[in-house]
Amino acid sequence: MNLQQIIERLDLKLLTDSRDLTSIRPAGGYTSDLLSCVMAGAKSKYIWVTLQAHLNIVAVAALLDVAAVIITENAQPDSTTIAKANEQGVVLLSTSMPNFEVDGKLWEMGFRN
Amino acid sequence: MPPNRIRTEQEIHGRHGRPITDQDAHEINRVEELSYDLKIHEVMSKNLHTASPEISLSDVLKILRINRISGVPVVEDDKLVGVISIEDIVRAMQNNDLTETVAQYMTRELVTVASYDSIVKAMQTFTERHVGRLPVVNEEKKLVGMITKGDITRGILVALQKDYKEEEVRRYRASHLFEDIVSDRTTLVLRYNIKSQNFTHGGTASSHIKRALLRLGADAQIARRCGIAVYEAEMNLIIHTTHGGILKLEVEPHRITMSTTDDGPGIPDVEQVLQPGYSTATDQVREMGFGAGMGLVNIKRCVDSMDLESTVGKGTKLVMRIHIPTENLSGRKEE
Repeated sequence: MNLQQIIERLDLKLLTDSRDLTSIRPAGGYTSDLLSCVMAGAKSKYIWVTLQAHLNIVAVAALLDVAAVIITENAQPDSTTIAKANEQGVVLLSTSMPNFEVDGKLWEMGFRN
Repeated sequence: MPPNRIRTEQEIHGRHGRPITDQDAHEINRVEELSYDLKIHEVMSKNLHTASPEISLSDVLKILRINRISGVPVVEDDKLVGVISIEDIVRAMQNNDLTETVAQYMTRELVTVASYDSIVKAMQTFTERHVGRLPVVNEEKKLVGMITKGDITRGILVALQKDYKEEEVRRYRASHLFEDIVSDRTTLVLRYNIKSQNFTHGGTASSHIKRALLRLGADAQIARRCGIAVYEAEMNLIIHTTHGGILKLEVEPHRITMSTTDDGPGIPDVEQVLQPGYSTATDQVREMGFGAGMGLVNIKRCVDSMDLESTVGKGTKLVMRIHIPTENLSGRKEE
């Protein structure tokens, strides 16, 4: 399943510049709002689900080379964060759902690691 | 060829007949870029077969057959006067006219392109005029070559290959740095000044370090481990120090050493801070997702050795080392 299909199924909003998301195939998922836990737990090409929306998520996402960051509960990153994400090639997505619900849906879609 | 050169108004509007948007600009790929950058004279064939207007059509047929081409320009006194193609000859054959001269059957309506134009101009002309080959003329309108779609494809492929080679050479140079420079001990040192409480730049040094290591030819897994360790160390300087500190990366062919030094406040109990979950971060910092008490634990997991020394009131020094198997960084296995 590619990122574009996930965006459509979960009705996510793309916050960063549009680009070809069909070529990004997430390998799994990780959920935490604690950056050090993400550093330890999220693997390359994972989807990271978090409530955090501040600038530092971009550095973490870029270092780990995650497939995308899903920012939950309508938390809004500021324009600097979005600009930085575009610069670093990090995909930021937004949803009104809480972490739990996003995880449940991803699990149902077959993301089990 | 600069990847992002500014185009002239004509080029921009000529492309789709509408102004180019930021979105369009973003989507322009290297091939499109090249179709503007490459000039017709760079890709055209200069090995010209021509016919003069007085020769017979059966002679033209011979030229076409021997050279396996489907048409030739007709030149008289150095001047391009027409084109004779296989279709014209078919027309003559229907009239049993192969003994006639070229002048009788050639196409006089001349469609040419200029040698100094971009290849995109030739591509447009091919489409508009439904032709497969075009004579190329210079500033003095003198015939200098012929261009076909095949020439364009070949020209683009050659240019792409050149791009690729240049990138390979750049990568090769960086990744063979340690082989090219001979000394008893070669060390590359990168130093970053990290400011206290500067969350805006949190992780910047770490991403620069990770990129530098990849550039030097480090294995992706090693670059990732270094990236994670150095990120945690960088954030510790930002979150916990009084005046910030220095983050240093030392790369040697067999080992990567990362270290941070600061001048305070120092850690009272070094054993305690190594416990998973122990944190002294403020609520404000925790709200941002830091202070999980996992930083040093993460570092320990990622590196081969870690040394933490601290004196309250004086400062802290953290040294992290990753050993590199010999085939990494040097780019080849040791004999």
